[in-house]
Amino acid sequence: MARNQPEVDVVIVGFGWTGAIMAMELANAGLEIIALERGEMQDTPQTANYPNVIDELAYSVRGKLLQDLSKETVTIRHSTNQTAVPYRQHGAFLLGNGVGGAGFHWNGMSWRAFTQDLRLRSHYQERYGEQFIAKEMTIQDYPVSYEELEPYFAKWEDVAAVSGQTGNLKGQILSGGNRWEAPRSSAYPLAPLQSIYGAQVFAKAAADIGLQAFPVPAANASAPHTNQYGVRLGPCNFCGFCEGYGCYMYSKASPQTSILPALLEKKNFTLKSRSHVLKVNTDSSGGLATGVTYIDPQGQEVFQPAKMVILCAFQMHNVRLLLLSGIGRPYDPVSGEGVVGKNYAYHMNSSVNVLMPKGTQLNPYIGTGAAGSALDDFNGDNFDHGPLGFVGGASVYHLRTGGRPIQQSKTLKDGPSWGKGWKASVQEDYQRTLPIYAQGSVMAYRDTYLSLDPTYKDSHGQPLLRMTFDWHENEFAMIKHAIGGATKIGKAVGGDVQINLRQSGSHFDTRAYQSTHTTGGAIMGDSPNNSVVNRYLQSWDVHNLFVMGACAFPQNLGYNPTGLVAALTYWSVDHIKQRYLKSPGPLVQA
Amino acid sequence: MSEKPSRRRFLQASLTLIPVVSLAPQSVFAATPQTQPNGSTSAGAEYSPRYFTAAEWAFVNAATEQLIPKDDMGPGAVECGIPVFIDRQMETPYAHGALWYMQGPFMPDVAPEFGYQQRLTPRDIYRFGIRACDVACQLSQGKTFAEMDASSQLQTLQQLESGAIAMEEMAPTLFFAQLLKNTKEGYFADPIYGGNKRMAGWKMIGFPGARADFMDWIDHPNERYPLGAVSIDGQRS
Repeated sequence: MARNQPEVDVVIVGFGWTGAIMAMELANAGLEIIALERGEMQDTPQTANYPNVIDELAYSVRGKLLQDLSKETVTIRHSTNQTAVPYRQHGAFLLGNGVGGAGFHWNGMSWRAFTQDLRLRSHYQERYGEQFIAKEMTIQDYPVSYEELEPYFAKWEDVAAVSGQTGNLKGQILSGGNRWEAPRSSAYPLAPLQSIYGAQVFAKAAADIGLQAFPVPAANASAPHTNQYGVRLGPCNFCGFCEGYGCYMYSKASPQTSILPALLEKKNFTLKSRSHVLKVNTDSSGGLATGVTYIDPQGQEVFQPAKMVILCAFQMHNVRLLLLSGIGRPYDPVSGEGVVGKNYAYHMNSSVNVLMPKGTQLNPYIGTGAAGSALDDFNGDNFDHGPLGFVGGASVYHLRTGGRPIQQSKTLKDGPSWGKGWKASVQEDYQRTLPIYAQGSVMAYRDTYLSLDPTYKDSHGQPLLRMTFDWHENEFAMIKHAIGGATKIGKAVGGDVQINLRQSGSHFDTRAYQSTHTTGGAIMGDSPNNSVVNRYLQSWDVHNLFVMGACAFPQNLGYNPTGLVAALTYWSVDHIKQRYLKSPGPLVQA
Repeated sequence: MSEKPSRRRFLQASLTLIPVVSLAPQSVFAATPQTQPNGSTSAGAEYSPRYFTAAEWAFVNAATEQLIPKDDMGPGAVECGIPVFIDRQMETPYAHGALWYMQGPFMPDVAPEFGYQQRLTPRDIYRFGIRACDVACQLSQGKTFAEMDASSQLQTLQQLESGAIAMEEMAPTLFFAQLLKNTKEGYFADPIYGGNKRMAGWKMIGFPGARADFMDWIDHPNERYPLGAVSIDGQRS
């Protein structure tokens, strides 16, 4: 029998970025809030203290901040006719855990979406015709426009101390910034980070072939910044330990460095760590959430009643909780009906390595999560897709997150992987190889989706989430185009250019790290027939249930998702405060 | 004589700290460098392995030294403490497979893109792998791996890497990949874990270790960084 707790106004499930934003905004509105986080409490002084945090083996190699896969993982298969097998070790994506979630160990690249990305299907149909989008491609418009989200992007960028070079201020194109970015109402709150040497080389080579590179927008503060919550971030010192680590300098935005110092002061907010939610409870009609059931740190089952439930766990976990709770109709790839689990997507990446002249000192350990230079000439719909025939694009950039030797060193192209000559090859490569990356969008397809696994269970005996996913030709064509651009820049740098292009016909490989930008499964849309949540991220089926995060993306962008995830969260909570609290019920009539 | 009681108290105090050391390998107490004068190549000689048997220990010492040999760029694996690193790792949750999802059913024959699908933990991989490798060496040369000459050891490792040595419990390439991965970890991880002695791996590649503050060198593009490495416990190179 579950132990019952007193009812609260809001229970938040999962405490990363979206949970912290929701909690802060709703606590400011005076609501009584409990946040349940299944992982440990994490904070800067304890979990990211210098010098202990500068430990590559413990953090990025053994995954100190990552989800304990021994307790729960996902299963993966490439197609519906295969049997999925567990993702037993961290590889292609790195699931976060604990307070702050992936927002504690992320890099901090903070992008806005393109205007066209948010109305993708309509835009492509208008520009390229009805026939351009393949039938099996189940992409759809976001049910919210860039113009509507703009103030919320701006709010996020203040909270996260985003450093960047404005490229489009209210329609005016400014030199040095991203000429392709959607119009901004205000400049970045902070000047761009200082440019590392590799980024200078990249930007010059791009300029040599007529392309304008710009500083990657970084949630790594370039200067001290006090945000609207009164929380102060300090300037980044380029220590080279962002991804996989907490920031000991209080410079990388995270729930810990941007929100928690203000939030934890509030009497109407309670954060319970080591509290694992099993399901969302609903009333007998199934149309109203009554609270959540969770396992407390002592291992007891607890029922926490609440007037509102907000799912703020990672993309996959939110989808799994919906499926485990029986909320919404599960997606069926055969009929194409049902919505929960639909439109799972990812990123497709490739790279080019440029070997700089002997004696070059790239000093790769001087880096930070978003220290780099990028261009968007191969991204979004910033080029004519007509003759190319594919949908989407990729951000092309040089980035130096650090030079951590276990994972961020390698040999030259034909260097020996051990024994005689290995040291010399690694040493040469370390200082001389300049990587250029392409991170590309992945569209949604009828056959890529999430469901519950029929065989494998977690440590609580609940079914694991099952991912059915593989690459499609559209994405191979997209990344080939972007890498074509990256190769031209690499050749303009000079020296030997090595191309690492994901080849058509290859399958999704779970082993090597690619990206933790998994999206979809609880997508937003304009109708309960094509989506799990409405434009305010409110469940179509259960009006007092809201679902945050990249699970809402109908398909993925050629950008890191956090900027859009945060903007959508601010957009959602603003409508909860302005409208839902005054008159609880569906904010959009089905 | 008069110092005896205080020294005794010190030893007692030290002993009470031992559990702390084993719980928190990043603690400074665990990090006391084992001083090795003259760069002797037998850095691991006084270390008693906790997991590996004497035969396994001889294999690990010989094999890692072939993977990262001493040369004009710096010391080899043994002098760097890499065998010590690997042995100490064998006592961590990682080597027990406790960081991995290890529930069945196991489907080891699925396509390699699906990643690790074996039931074996790193401890198992070493135990089975070393035994199988030594058996193969005995059959071909009448010697264990560690007893063979350097060129035979090299050849054996190449065979392991290419999958040419038969193993009942696993693919030989799995054993080789495990050994190579842990060897490189031991070369580049912070010295608190027993490898990378005197930060030899970091010095070789030019990584400044736990310095982690480059505010004053961002505006020195393409210039050699002037400071040496530091480790978590404060060693300097």
